[in-house]
Amino acid sequence: MPPSSSFPPTLLSQASEPAIRKQPILSLRGITRRFPLVLANDHIDLDIYSGEIHALLGENGAGKSTLMKILYGFYRADSGSICMNGNPVKIHSPADARNLSIGMLFQDFSLIPALTVAENIALFLRDLKQIIDLRQVDRRIQDLAARYNLQIRSQVKVAELSIGEQQKVEILKLLLSGSKILILDEPTRVLAPHEIDALYQVLSSLRVDGYAIILITHKMKEVLECADRLTILRGGSVAASMLRTEANEQKLIECMFGKEMPGISRPPEADTNFKPAPILKLHGVTTRGEGAATSLKDIDLEIYPGEIVGVAGVSGNGQKELGDLALGMIPCARGEKRLFGRQAAHLSIREARRQGVAFIPENPLAMASVPFMTVLENLALTRPWRYSRRSGWSMDWTAVQKDAQDGLKKMDYSLPLYTLARSLSGGNLQRMVIIRELGLGPRLIVASYVTRGLDVQSTLAARQALLDARQNGTGVLLISEDLEELFTLSDRLIVLFEGRIVGAFTPAETDFHQVGYLMTGSKAEHGAKH
Amino acid sequence: MAQNTDTKRRATLISQKTANAVLRYLLMLLLALALFGVILLLLGKNPVQSYVDIFRSTLGSAYGFSEVVVAMVPMLITAVAVALPSRVGLINVGVEGQLYMGACLAAWGALTFTHLPAWALLPLMVFLGMLGGAAWAFFPGYLKSIGLVNETITSLLLNSVAPKIVAFLIFGFWHGPMDTNKTASFVPAARLPAFLGTRVDLSLVFALGLLILFWYVMRYTRWGLEMRAIGGNPQAARRNGIPLKAYQVGIMCMGGAIAGLAGMSLVSGYYGLLLANFSTGSGYMGFLISWLSFGDPIGILLVSFLVAIITTGGNLLQLTQGLPYAVINILLALALYIVLAKPTFIKEAKPAR
Amino acid sequence: MTLLAILGVISSAIYSGTSLLYATLGEVVGERAGIVNLGLEGVLLVSAAMGVAVTGLTGNPHLGILAAVLAGGLMNLLFGYLVITRKANQLASGLATMFLGFGLSALIGKDVVGAKIVSLPRLLLPGLSALPRLYSSLFMFDLLIFLVLPAAFLIWWLLFRTRWGLGLRAVGENADIAFASGRNPHWIRYQALFVSGLLAGLGAAHLAIAYTMNWTEYMTGGRGFIAVALVIFSKWHPLRAIAGALIFSGAVAFQLLMQSSGVQVSPFLLDTLPYLLTLLVLIAWGGNRKQSAPASLGRVYLGTE
Repeated sequence: MPPSSSFPPTLLSQASEPAIRKQPILSLRGITRRFPLVLANDHIDLDIYSGEIHALLGENGAGKSTLMKILYGFYRADSGSICMNGNPVKIHSPADARNLSIGMLFQDFSLIPALTVAENIALFLRDLKQIIDLRQVDRRIQDLAARYNLQIRSQVKVAELSIGEQQKVEILKLLLSGSKILILDEPTRVLAPHEIDALYQVLSSLRVDGYAIILITHKMKEVLECADRLTILRGGSVAASMLRTEANEQKLIECMFGKEMPGISRPPEADTNFKPAPILKLHGVTTRGEGAATSLKDIDLEIYPGEIVGVAGVSGNGQKELGDLALGMIPCARGEKRLFGRQAAHLSIREARRQGVAFIPENPLAMASVPFMTVLENLALTRPWRYSRRSGWSMDWTAVQKDAQDGLKKMDYSLPLYTLARSLSGGNLQRMVIIRELGLGPRLIVASYVTRGLDVQSTLAARQALLDARQNGTGVLLISEDLEELFTLSDRLIVLFEGRIVGAFTPAETDFHQVGYLMTGSKAEHGAKH
Repeated sequence: MAQNTDTKRRATLISQKTANAVLRYLLMLLLALALFGVILLLLGKNPVQSYVDIFRSTLGSAYGFSEVVVAMVPMLITAVAVALPSRVGLINVGVEGQLYMGACLAAWGALTFTHLPAWALLPLMVFLGMLGGAAWAFFPGYLKSIGLVNETITSLLLNSVAPKIVAFLIFGFWHGPMDTNKTASFVPAARLPAFLGTRVDLSLVFALGLLILFWYVMRYTRWGLEMRAIGGNPQAARRNGIPLKAYQVGIMCMGGAIAGLAGMSLVSGYYGLLLANFSTGSGYMGFLISWLSFGDPIGILLVSFLVAIITTGGNLLQLTQGLPYAVINILLALALYIVLAKPTFIKEAKPAR
Repeated sequence: MTLLAILGVISSAIYSGTSLLYATLGEVVGERAGIVNLGLEGVLLVSAAMGVAVTGLTGNPHLGILAAVLAGGLMNLLFGYLVITRKANQLASGLATMFLGFGLSALIGKDVVGAKIVSLPRLLLPGLSALPRLYSSLFMFDLLIFLVLPAAFLIWWLLFRTRWGLGLRAVGENADIAFASGRNPHWIRYQALFVSGLLAGLGAAHLAIAYTMNWTEYMTGGRGFIAVALVIFSKWHPLRAIAGALIFSGAVAFQLLMQSSGVQVSPFLLDTLPYLLTLLVLIAWGGNRKQSAPASLGRVYLGTE
């Protein structure tokens, strides 16, 4: 677990007195934004004050990033207004936002690795002269860096900097390009603990100088230690808004995740007496993450036949990597991986499939299907050995069709077999993938965010498919950001945070709150359900 | 969702999609011809007369037609050599070099095994030609699959190297008694037989055979399915277990082998010997053809035929209108420009992946 | 190997290398903005033909240079229309430009094939007039040769010390970030291609007007492709391009010397050296190349519309 951040008490006391009666520098009223399947922002009101750190909390899908993208001009709100210093403004593009002194620090930095620090910053300087005076630019950078303790060597190429240093450059860039309102999107996700401390020192100094800082985060601890004001979004609307003095962990978790839903139907308990050999066994597995990808650290996991193991966590904490690891898309840097009892660290994906590993990803169009091939052709992809005749010279499409129709009947779906995959709706594509993967007769299903973006009917269908597979003795690794789904379907639950498993229980042993704590990095203060 | 009411896939030879494609090609060609005609007018030449002359000399007589076929065959083969790798997302611009190396190795065979009968020597030369081309394509393919270098740049560099190696071998070791820039004529057993007094030889069979094979493999075989998957969505293909790297290297070599076959046909059939710098750009023409036809087999056939008419006709333009032969390149460039510029009436044209 | 022979090689290298350096510099500018122009050969041909044609027509080589330069710029703009506005594949568009160049140059030059034209006046490098005429005649250079090194420095300065150059390089690395900084990547790329075309025109002008002093079909003999290879060889840096061009043309000149002295290395094998060298460099720097090449080289910028 990361060590607790040490925040100097003096600054803390400064922070606990936000200016009460001043005008908000930025005011959002009634911001609403709808996407085809979801209401991302539902009449959101938000007030941002200068000299304050305002934390924006919420689960994935709560609407935080949509709101900030509206603020930064990437999206336009369907309705609602934005006022700056009391005057209504229109933000229709990032250029508009920049003109209003709003600057955003993205999760994946917008720095050019091949250019130096100074050049990256100079690119965004509004008053850069035609003939660049390198020394002057350098001086400006160093002056500002000294002021806020963001020391950086400005003639170094960004590619040679650590992530923490790159973030410093990004902040300097924002400041030097004139931003007065800084939006930071999950800035500590990629930082080491001491770097996190340093960052909060910087933010604190900036706040004292009157900058307004909006901090998007899901990490409870940081919020409680340094934010002045908090707004929690859930399901697209504001669940609560309060000063830090009014906040505590329990209240925040409740606001973020809601109370536990009554009457969840649980699947029949797996027979825990008879423990056959695990399908998937990971022991001490560590992976190497490239760039912004999370690396898994020291994972111990076992999945047995006939059980659903749910993986909870805020997106970006290693879930995708875990799924890819199980399939064989990424290798283990360290540790042991066994599939069906045998060494599997170097198993090819084809072999894994042949042995019965199925994969249902989110975003079926981009990740699991070939858009310009028909549904039937897509269905044939996973098991070519079954359908190829004359050593590959022809394909038995009749057999594909038969399998397809059997699958459709069994799941009670209906799909047009001869249409191109790209013409299908998201829900139908997911059905197609499910049929294909289940048709494998799999012994292990890796289901990664399978219901993301789906309509209600398709969601229920997908969940039922997983339950049925479980009934047949298949093991399922269910990765999801929907706590309700996880609690309903899983036999066992693990929580991932920053690439580590920070909790493992059965759903009966825990509740939303505890899982919520773990997902947001707090130490679980309760050993069991409170 | 509707219950399987969409039409079943027609297993006909020419699908609706391809028929539409043919129409679009013709439209593009007409536009290019029109633009070129304008250029001819500006030069004070008579475009109508020029086109009529070309038509008459190429399609108007049996021999003229055969000459078009002679020009078409190598380009057709190299076009397939480009189209096949394009299906898995590889750009094989190295056909020119692969062609040379195939010719080179086949020529070595012809010069070394002079005592073999034709039924043994020719297949040997085919094998050598394909081997030479495949070997030349291996490096770019391999380097690409391990993520080291882009295959375009390596292929282009090797394109420039290949003719020089051939020239070196000829000048240094293989040249005939009379000239220093070509070998002696091959023994009759090493020559592809020609048909009916024309210069059309057995390579026509190779070409058509390859085309049909290409079409069949992509449409009906398991490998075609997997290749289309790679070309359509490499990540999805990989997740389904399709071995990406193996296909990349393998198909690149296959493309090289086909280009090598083209080289072999040229030296064994058309020339009957190995000549330094013998290629009149058949490799680049193949690339052009594959691009113009989006890699579709029927399109390749049509477009290579048209390009062959144009290049053969270029000779005529030189004689009758006093224009340098190279001017024909303008017409080809215009056609490629139009395809690349994707004007709205051609918007429908989707690559046949 | 007399001193005269060595000096002769150097002189020859400078002469033939100048056009190569201009073309390489132009391609560096274009590739720094993210666009690779494989049709450079075609651009050079058209510029050369134009230069010779206008010089032959007017009798004024300087007008010929101007014509060549403008022709280069225009050819590149045409290429730019395809790859920037129509968002076409750069490789195929380059080849189309190459074909167009073959044909168009043949057309422009058809009436002046082989005809000798007025060349540029040659001046002696200051300070060398004391030398005996045998030596000093080797170092009588024309205007374009004198300008080529300053040109390389100018391009370096433009790319690395001006706001314009910074924006250009940003576009070549990551057009989205460049856009986020308030720039228009399409417009910048057009500018880059235009400058690149002007430089290519200068190179072609030198080749045709000062060096060979006539026009023949396909006279550039692959220089366009060599320039593209040299750009990689010099890691997209204008000053290193000087070394690249010198080494390459020096090798060619040296090889000619070897031939005339009766040394038995095949000229063809020597011809392959620059390509093989570049290939080796590419492989050796393989992982590093990602850091050397502009990150968005060859990629179509789709923009936000």
